[in-house]
Amino acid sequence: MSWYLAAPVAIPFVTAVLAFLLRNGPAGRWVSLAGSVALLVASGLLMAQVIEHGVIAGQMSNWEAPFGITLVADTLSAVMVVITAITGLATIVYGMGEIRPRIERLGYHALFHAMIAGVCGAFLTGDVFNLYVWFEVMLIASFGLLVIGGNKAQIDAGIKYVALNLVSTLAFLSGIGMLYGLTGTLNMADLHLAVQEVENQALVTVVAMLFMVGFGVKAAVFPLFFWLPAAYHTPSFSVSAVFAGLLTKVGVYALMRMFTLVFVGDVGFTHEILLWVSAATMLTGVLGAAAQSEFRKILSFHIISQIGYMTLGLALYTPLGLAGGVFYLVHHIIVKANLFLVAGVAQKAAGHNELARIGGLYKAAPFLGLLFIIPAFSLAGFPPLSGFWAKFVVVKASLELEYWFIAFVALLVGLLTIYSMTKIWAAAFWKPHPDGYEPKLSRIPPGDLWPMLLPIVALAVMTMIIGLFPEVFVQLAETAAVQLLDPTHYVETVLGEVAR
Amino acid sequence: MNSIIVTAGARILVALLLVFSVFMLLRGHNLPGGGFIGGLLGATAFIVYAIACGTAEARKALRVSPEGLAMVGLGVALVAGLISALTGDPFFTGQWYWVGGDSYETAAFSINSVLVFDVGVYMVVFGGILSLILMLEEEL
Repeated sequence: MSWYLAAPVAIPFVTAVLAFLLRNGPAGRWVSLAGSVALLVASGLLMAQVIEHGVIAGQMSNWEAPFGITLVADTLSAVMVVITAITGLATIVYGMGEIRPRIERLGYHALFHAMIAGVCGAFLTGDVFNLYVWFEVMLIASFGLLVIGGNKAQIDAGIKYVALNLVSTLAFLSGIGMLYGLTGTLNMADLHLAVQEVENQALVTVVAMLFMVGFGVKAAVFPLFFWLPAAYHTPSFSVSAVFAGLLTKVGVYALMRMFTLVFVGDVGFTHEILLWVSAATMLTGVLGAAAQSEFRKILSFHIISQIGYMTLGLALYTPLGLAGGVFYLVHHIIVKANLFLVAGVAQKAAGHNELARIGGLYKAAPFLGLLFIIPAFSLAGFPPLSGFWAKFVVVKASLELEYWFIAFVALLVGLLTIYSMTKIWAAAFWKPHPDGYEPKLSRIPPGDLWPMLLPIVALAVMTMIIGLFPEVFVQLAETAAVQLLDPTHYVETVLGEVAR
Repeated sequence: MNSIIVTAGARILVALLLVFSVFMLLRGHNLPGGGFIGGLLGATAFIVYAIACGTAEARKALRVSPEGLAMVGLGVALVAGLISALTGDPFFTGQWYWVGGDSYETAAFSINSVLVFDVGVYMVVFGGILSLILMLEEEL
């Protein structure tokens, strides 16, 4: 059982080591691809186990909980690992067309898989300190990816990224220290029980706020998001796609985990803050995007606004709300990663990233226009695409609680999202190219173009499937939400193995 | 820096530090010490050498690239964790084979995956620290 849980962490690490040792030849690239496929298989097996058993846990090194490190997967963790594997594979395939051998020789694939290991580890761990360690693995590897190849803009972005993320780490680590001082344990399931017995509940709320700030920076919520738009438009498109898809979601996941399992003593206070933070995040993100004129910067600000919907799901703290949040997470990872990948093809075909300096893409490549429209409209919440259902569930949940204003903000942000997407559409696809330059997909060598288009098509098809057959996915999200709201099974699975 | 005293002294120091680093690695099995501190000491040896004779000399003396060493170390540590799959134990469960007995008290010595893991850590720290310091020395 425990190997189902260990594999999604071990496979990327093994791949990273092999890819690094083989980085000077084409073999490294293929090892990297094979590792991504293996991770997808492993995550599928994990998902099957979780569907069968509900929650599964494994004690690494055979040290019993709560003393050792527990890996544990409930439906949310398993779904996140699967989606990580999908995004990882899509990006690696895309990178076959985009990433040059010079970058590969610097260790691109090793860093990439180390980051994926960090992301999977964060999703699977059942120990707060271990979560911190995975955050660090992810941060260090992602810093490497951000600056790899090192032009000036990348280094500038990298410094902002690392400095602000270290601040978040500091808040997180202080929180862990205080939590350990209060309860004497760091195992999440054990914490669920121990936190309830702490006499000074006010102090627990203080610790909860430290965690909220720490994870809030990672998740890029208002007012802690400013590192994100400063960094995400600088690296290669593969890197920014995987960052946009996965990294902030780890913060959202950590928020969801800690604020349903551990910090639920004062929901009226903590989740009320989250509620207004979510509304502010949605609004500032989308307004920020409206002011931008660079392809990837617009998309970066939209990440922020969409994060608001996910934390909103958590803040509502009802089964439907959380289900909406989880559904939104999955939908958004696919859609957002895809939009960044499309931005890469658009840039290569039209020659620039500033919307003012490109155009005519629709005439040159109507198929690419279609591939952009699917994720873009899904992001804005058009039926029948995945984003419609995600928004529908979250808005319905907030209407059920009679949060009229929040529901209004959520709908308004959807409308403004369409504005930004049509802005990109009009500028990049419809208007003629300002320099009279004719963008052509054939400018990209076919050996590069196909690996780049393949993952875009695959992710677009996934968006369509989620949109056309939402029942399965909503059910899965509801299962995840029920498990989050009633962690008894989770706690028993983790700690129950002590008795055995 | 071209001081004959430093160069001559460095040769002795390097040898001492390297021996001490391996001693620390093995001692860490049951007493304070271990792969991390051993790796730091080992890296220190080459840093002293680099200060005395230059980074190019130090890289030549090391023979392998420090980055490669660190990654191989990560692989060694992973193998130590993966060995437990053969016996059906969870990831990273320590595997012990006692030679001349069946427990810590009676056996002459043991072959175990814990030491393999520590050797991996030793290489990661050794290579990681050294690559950072050499890089800084060369840049500045």
